Amino acid sequence: MSKLGTLGARLHHGEVGYDFVKNRKIWYGISILITITAIVGLAVRGLHMGIEFQGGAVFSTPKNMSVSVAQAEEYAEEASGHDAIVQKLGDGSLRIQVAGIDTKASDTIKEQLSEDLKVESEQINAELVGPSWGEQIANKAWQGLGIFLVLVVIYLAIAFEWRMAFAAFVALIHDITITVGVYALVGFEVTPGTVIGLLTILGYSLYDTVVVFDSLKEQTKDITKQTRWTYSEIANRSINSTLVRSINTTVVALLPVAGLLFIGGGVLGAGMLNDISLSLFVGLAAGAYSSIFIATPLVADLKERDPAMKALKKRVLAKRAQGKSAPEPEPVGSGGLGGGTQDAAPAVVGPRNQPASRSRGRGRPSGKRR
Amino acid sequence: MAAPKKGRNAGAQSKPWRSLALILIAIVGLTAGMFASGQTTPRLGIDLAGGTSITLRAEPEAGQESAINKTNMDTAVSIMERRVNGLGVSEAEVQTQGDRNIIVNIPKGTNSKQAREQVGTTAKLYFRPVIAREAGGAAPTPEASSSPSAGSGKAEDTKEKDGKKDESSSPSPSATSQGRAVTDGLKADASPSPKASESKGSGDGDGGGKGDASDPQNSKLQAEYAALDCTKPDQRTTAGKGAKPDEATVACGQDSQGQWQKYLLGPAEVDGTDVDDAQAVYDTQAGTGWKVTLGFTDKGSKKFASITGKLAQQQSPQNEFAIVLDGNVVSNPYVTQSLSSNAEISGNFTQESAKNLANVLSYGALPLTFKEDSVTTVTAALGGEQLRAGLIAGAIGLALVVAYLLIYYRGLSFIAIASLLVSAALTYLIMSLLGPAIGFALNLPAVCGAIVAIGITADSFIVYFERVRDEIREGRSLRPSVERAWPRARRTILVSDFVSFLAAAVLFAVTVGKVQGFAFTLGLTTLLDVVVVFLFTKPLLTLMARRKFFASGHKWSGLDPKALGAKPPLRRTRRPAGPVETKEA
Repeated sequence: MSKLGTLGARLHHGEVGYDFVKNRKIWYGISILITITAIVGLAVRGLHMGIEFQGGAVFSTPKNMSVSVAQAEEYAEEASGHDAIVQKLGDGSLRIQVAGIDTKASDTIKEQLSEDLKVESEQINAELVGPSWGEQIANKAWQGLGIFLVLVVIYLAIAFEWRMAFAAFVALIHDITITVGVYALVGFEVTPGTVIGLLTILGYSLYDTVVVFDSLKEQTKDITKQTRWTYSEIANRSINSTLVRSINTTVVALLPVAGLLFIGGGVLGAGMLNDISLSLFVGLAAGAYSSIFIATPLVADLKERDPAMKALKKRVLAKRAQGKSAPEPEPVGSGGLGGGTQDAAPAVVGPRNQPASRSRGRGRPSGKRR
Repeated sequence: MAAPKKGRNAGAQSKPWRSLALILIAIVGLTAGMFASGQTTPRLGIDLAGGTSITLRAEPEAGQESAINKTNMDTAVSIMERRVNGLGVSEAEVQTQGDRNIIVNIPKGTNSKQAREQVGTTAKLYFRPVIAREAGGAAPTPEASSSPSAGSGKAEDTKEKDGKKDESSSPSPSATSQGRAVTDGLKADASPSPKASESKGSGDGDGGGKGDASDPQNSKLQAEYAALDCTKPDQRTTAGKGAKPDEATVACGQDSQGQWQKYLLGPAEVDGTDVDDAQAVYDTQAGTGWKVTLGFTDKGSKKFASITGKLAQQQSPQNEFAIVLDGNVVSNPYVTQSLSSNAEISGNFTQESAKNLANVLSYGALPLTFKEDSVTTVTAALGGEQLRAGLIAGAIGLALVVAYLLIYYRGLSFIAIASLLVSAALTYLIMSLLGPAIGFALNLPAVCGAIVAIGITADSFIVYFERVRDEIREGRSLRPSVERAWPRARRTILVSDFVSFLAAAVLFAVTVGKVQGFAFTLGLTTLLDVVVVFLFTKPLLTLMARRKFFASGHKWSGLDPKALGAKPPLRRTRRPAGPVETKEA
């Protein structure tokens, strides 16, 4: 069996485990850092909107050009410094579209193009074109997005609970911000493809978070009927138990996109693929990361403030203190499981006010179950 | 071997062959359908396959040069965009070029003639009261002088015409109105007299008072009406050209016999912007063929009620109103009572023409008139090299996925790969079929979306496989594990796919253009994911669990209990919450 397979087994039996919840502050910190970088990048570099959003200039050449489309594209990008879309028309003339050009700049580009393409500059016809993705489409898209987010938060609040809905929402914002930020930093032009990529991320981010939450919900279903583990500990175990699935899914989702990005875009140089696959790659990675490192710990954080969970924690700690002599069946992620609890240990005002120690507290024999 | 018949799942589980057969039949059926439709590949968008580019030039109407401005051009673009891309899946692109041109790009394989009609039709729709109407030729009685004016809602002048009242019952062929807007109370006017008498005051309706503004204008209009010969095509196209909606005008129209009639019409009382929704329906009751039904906005309903109320009190033909589309009378129903609800336009529609009309009416009128400047083919915006590079890269990525699954899941990976193949086959077939059916075209972002969908589809069975393995680790043998793991995996799959589907449904309903197209693809792949997991992966795994290779936990099966680290007996329950089988989907 592969290493991952045995890792799965060990995770399942709680032999190994990483304490995601305990170390959450580190991950929060990292995420905040990345997010701030992304926002700064966005603010400083801004997004380059493609011709589809802001319009630009279109140059039409005379008929029967001998230059190939790819060649013309190169010339146009050189002359303008922007991405160019080149199409060959039925009569053999070329239509070259360049984003973000005003009349003045278009004259210079026209001159340059006429030189490169070896045609008289009078024969090149330059005109400004409007956006094909106009304001109305954009507004409708925002509206749709807004409605969807409201509905999904309501749905999650009903199917799960409001804390999870909130955490999923935070994770979503996190993923989108990072993706947009990376996009701004790299400086690719924003095309409709980018937007579609972002929407795909949005769907995937929520999807992935929901899968993780589903396991969390299942494992914490009867949490108040036991006194062995606190919510944070169970949340942590739930992450660990879905870890193999998360890794596998992420690998399977990322591999083809990585192929598009690094092989298609990088090695083979397929320009337009770059922007789509980049947004997908960053977004999918961020989506997988945030479900585990941000969303679930956030739920645990919020949940621990719930009076019922506080009471549970008290009972758990009390029980552990009580049964200190009993051998401990290692809880999952025992490495630091107690840690999450210890933060709040002083709050323990349980029946027995003994210091809570992580290595004790087997619940079973000590009765007093509720 | 323990029988897999455990409780609630027994039904579904016991007949795995049935589901597999169902999938197989679906694939075969779709394949047959695909070949029958003659379209064996999905239609590709402009970025991948090129298409046709139509350049439209805005034509100023006399004295309205200033109408060609940025606002109107932008409005025209968004209306055209919705006309050619109503469902958002056809990948058509519309943009302005220069000051007065609009470029419409439609992907290869689209019915370009239909698209040209759709973008070219201005679709200015008005409901105007009929003042006078007669058979098409030049007026025999030039002295006719009905005044369209109306002071304040009073019919004032009365004019007799050649036709003369007495013949009102004459079943002249020109009499039957060719189309009627009928609602419940609106009846077909079998034989209205072809004559015109008193003009009616158009009343207080908004703008109604304008007609009387200038007498010279009225008489000019009278002369125009008298001179109009609707049997001449050139006169038909110019009749009433440039008429403002709030002024009376003349127009031509054909009756149901195909005879041309000419009309003198009052100011528009209701117009296209009052139409909320238009649909092409087949009139099954009357069997009269295709018609277009119109639903009004709230404001439109009120206006419509008010005009029909007024008209109902008039004599024929002043009790008629004309539905004027782009200057042509397409229908002139008469009214017997006030109506507020819907109207319909019937006539000699084919399915296609009814649908086109409903389409252009739904999305409103263009603020400008356009003339086709040029129609030419364009190559793909994304070079062929790029597409090839993308395909190679995608193939390498997929090979890596297969390799990963093989290494990690061993024998189990064949089920995974088969599921992916089935899913891919279904996606391909459905997309191919949707090309001719609803104009679906696949662009590069959609291809990338489909690649991400691989991840989501794979996730469904990864979730399931991991559950099965967890069960085996608990010490169960394979067949019970497969069944016990299913309800839990099923719930996870449904809950998470629901979120994706919600996104797809909301975006599809609310947005337009490419975002809508994306929503469509997302919804489709999500549904297919559920279908494949339920009808293929699960039954296949149930069947495979009966094979010795898997059941005995062969080293290469991916389900070797030893390798999975199964603890022999059920020693204890690790889950605090009395775990597992109590799950419901």
